[in-house]
Amino acid sequence: MAVLTEEQSMLRDAARAWVQEKAPVSALRKARDGGSLLGYAPEAFADMAAMGWAGVVVPEACGGSEFGYLSLGLVLEELGRTLAASPLAVSSMAAVSALVRAGTDAQKECWLSAIAAGEAVVALAVDEGPRHDPVRTALKAEASGGGWRLSGAKAFVAEGMAATAFIVAARTAGAPGDEAGITLFLIPADATGLTRSPRHLADSRDYAALIFEGVEAGAEAVLGRAGDGYALLERTLDVARIAIAAEMLGMAAQGFDTTLDYLKTRVQFGQTIGSFQALQHRAARMLSELELARSCVEAALAAIDQDAEDLAQQAALAKAVAGDTLNLISREMVQMHGGIGMTDAHDAGLYLKRARAVETLFGSTAWHRDRWGRMQGF
Amino acid sequence: MADFGSTDADAFRTEARDWLTANFPPSLAGVDVAMMNATGPVEGDALLWKQRMGEKGWGTPTWPAAYGGGGLSPAQARVLQQEMNRIGARNPIGGMGIMMFGPTLLEYGSEEQKQRHIPPICRGEIRWCQGYSEPGAGSDLAALQTRCEDMGDHFLVNGQKVWTSGAQYADWCFCLVRTDFTTKHEGISFILFDMRTPGVEVRPIKLISGNSPFCETFLTDVKVPKENLVGPLNGGWTIGKRLLQHERNSLSGGGGSAGRFAAGTPLDALAKTYVGVDGTGRIADPDLRSRIIRHQMEAKAFMLTLMRAQAEARGGGGPSNATSIMKNVGSKVGQERAELAVEIMGAQGLGWEGDGFTDKELEQTRNWLGGKATTIYGGSAEIQNNIIAKRILGLLDHQ
Repeated sequence: MAVLTEEQSMLRDAARAWVQEKAPVSALRKARDGGSLLGYAPEAFADMAAMGWAGVVVPEACGGSEFGYLSLGLVLEELGRTLAASPLAVSSMAAVSALVRAGTDAQKECWLSAIAAGEAVVALAVDEGPRHDPVRTALKAEASGGGWRLSGAKAFVAEGMAATAFIVAARTAGAPGDEAGITLFLIPADATGLTRSPRHLADSRDYAALIFEGVEAGAEAVLGRAGDGYALLERTLDVARIAIAAEMLGMAAQGFDTTLDYLKTRVQFGQTIGSFQALQHRAARMLSELELARSCVEAALAAIDQDAEDLAQQAALAKAVAGDTLNLISREMVQMHGGIGMTDAHDAGLYLKRARAVETLFGSTAWHRDRWGRMQGF
Repeated sequence: MADFGSTDADAFRTEARDWLTANFPPSLAGVDVAMMNATGPVEGDALLWKQRMGEKGWGTPTWPAAYGGGGLSPAQARVLQQEMNRIGARNPIGGMGIMMFGPTLLEYGSEEQKQRHIPPICRGEIRWCQGYSEPGAGSDLAALQTRCEDMGDHFLVNGQKVWTSGAQYADWCFCLVRTDFTTKHEGISFILFDMRTPGVEVRPIKLISGNSPFCETFLTDVKVPKENLVGPLNGGWTIGKRLLQHERNSLSGGGGSAGRFAAGTPLDALAKTYVGVDGTGRIADPDLRSRIIRHQMEAKAFMLTLMRAQAEARGGGGPSNATSIMKNVGSKVGQERAELAVEIMGAQGLGWEGDGFTDKELEQTRNWLGGKATTIYGGSAEIQNNIIAKRILGLLDHQ
């Protein structure tokens, strides 16, 4: 655990206590069984916003606490522990980072205080297929009058059904594969010509398919510079990747703790199965991976706070190492629980399903490894 | 976080800088005098630097000044280290006395023992070796059989130790011996003896790397004064285990040698030289490339974990789980690096001796082989996993 200030420790403890009481794994199960499109009860997110979690990285002038990314990461880790669903990672961390970095005064005024208050949710509409590949952006934005007309589709937009607006990556020049010619737009979810429909993945969380049919956007809807949005897009995605890595760390930590408890209580051959060396050494390996992942995630969160030059490398490292760790622990969680881990009544399956969903979200482990290697010049 | 104010830090920084300017011979920038001292006498500037640091006590900066240490706070010691790094000054005082035996004796030794043995360690005058493993007691260290009999006015020791690092150069030995054969862990004692005592015979062991960093040490009717028993009779296991914690800490880099794993030519540069690049400038072999990337990322994660453990230690929260995994992860990363280097270099990476190889290539072969010891010594990887499972994770012994 990183060395925390007293305020950060208090925030983490508050998050831990709230999550245990108000958002245990059974809350996700209840949302799933009730057919929720969001994966959480709206009052749960209202609670989070009331505690200030939606505005942790929002400037004070816009109603936030400007308490830093490491601090928000601590909350995301705690939420990850119980698979507590919320739009905090995507909207309150990644979208806020983009607005703070590149938003006009009007855009900031319009969106930041609403996000901090929990009234607005801004999702990232980037990918157009099942695998993350931002540079392949094809959704077209054509100049029209003084503004733009957007046409195309976006796939698997996380928190897309909850969103009140989207940061949309669109192509204003060039072809898919070109970094140049990408522009980011802020588009309200109720814009004319924009339709969305839910996509149900195994993790019971919120994903939307978006169709843009000549959606009109004024010049004021451009976030950052037209035609030159790729760097801002990548940086925003890096913040999202680190946010998701923090959630993954929490999931891995809890998956391990739950499994360790089972090793200490399940009796076979007259002794706890945790006394068998074959399982002990696998448990020791999981702890090692977990400690490495924690170091990478905490360093990456701190790197956002420091606006570090190597943020992209840190994000790739954190997402890849957290991905490997969570992949291992989610498999072992099912395996070590044996038959009970295969039942829907047990939590292991929920961790396994969410694990694969976050592993692929914003770039898979292999994708980030290759990206890291390229950035290092390999 | 710092345990003294920034004004004090600035004052000590000035003091350290002034002293180093006056006392560090610039000819020794980057030179590891402690390593030279481990295998033979040092002279000239190296001797001067060792003596000056020894007298000042700054080779053991946080040890009590009463026993010849520097008496510095941890924060001051960090400032000193920073100032030394700035000018390329390496600590000339090293070896097992510093890393393992000294800290253990400070904790468990009698006042007389500390007065006698700690100051020469601080001055780098006495080289210590470790008499732990035996032919029948490796991973199962507590099975050791070296007999230590109470002869009234002295102890008489008979037996054999093995894997005694640097025994051929050592002046003294700290040794685990059996003083009670009717019980296992509770029959072990911790003693010290002079390596020149009659009956001590040392034979270097040639390893697969061709080097001989370890010895067999034969003990035949070795007379050990009674005052050389550390702690109570039959109470040596606790002391011996504590010493192993210091050993693991230093082996994993927790003792400050964190840069060790980053040493040498980076693997990607090595691969571009020996394997070549494709049309886009990437390492030509994609399978090898992806394995190099995977390894480099794990090495980076390990470095971040070392830094985190150090930050946590400074933060005063005590050692965390991060420290328990260091030895296994560090040794695995080091071995993986060496294996990849051999694979990258092909036959050129297996050069043994003679013409056709650079010094670096020959050194790489020996390092690859020598590094296999890192998951065996100081408690094997499997023993570390047992320790993690039982002490950290609280899993029970198999019945």
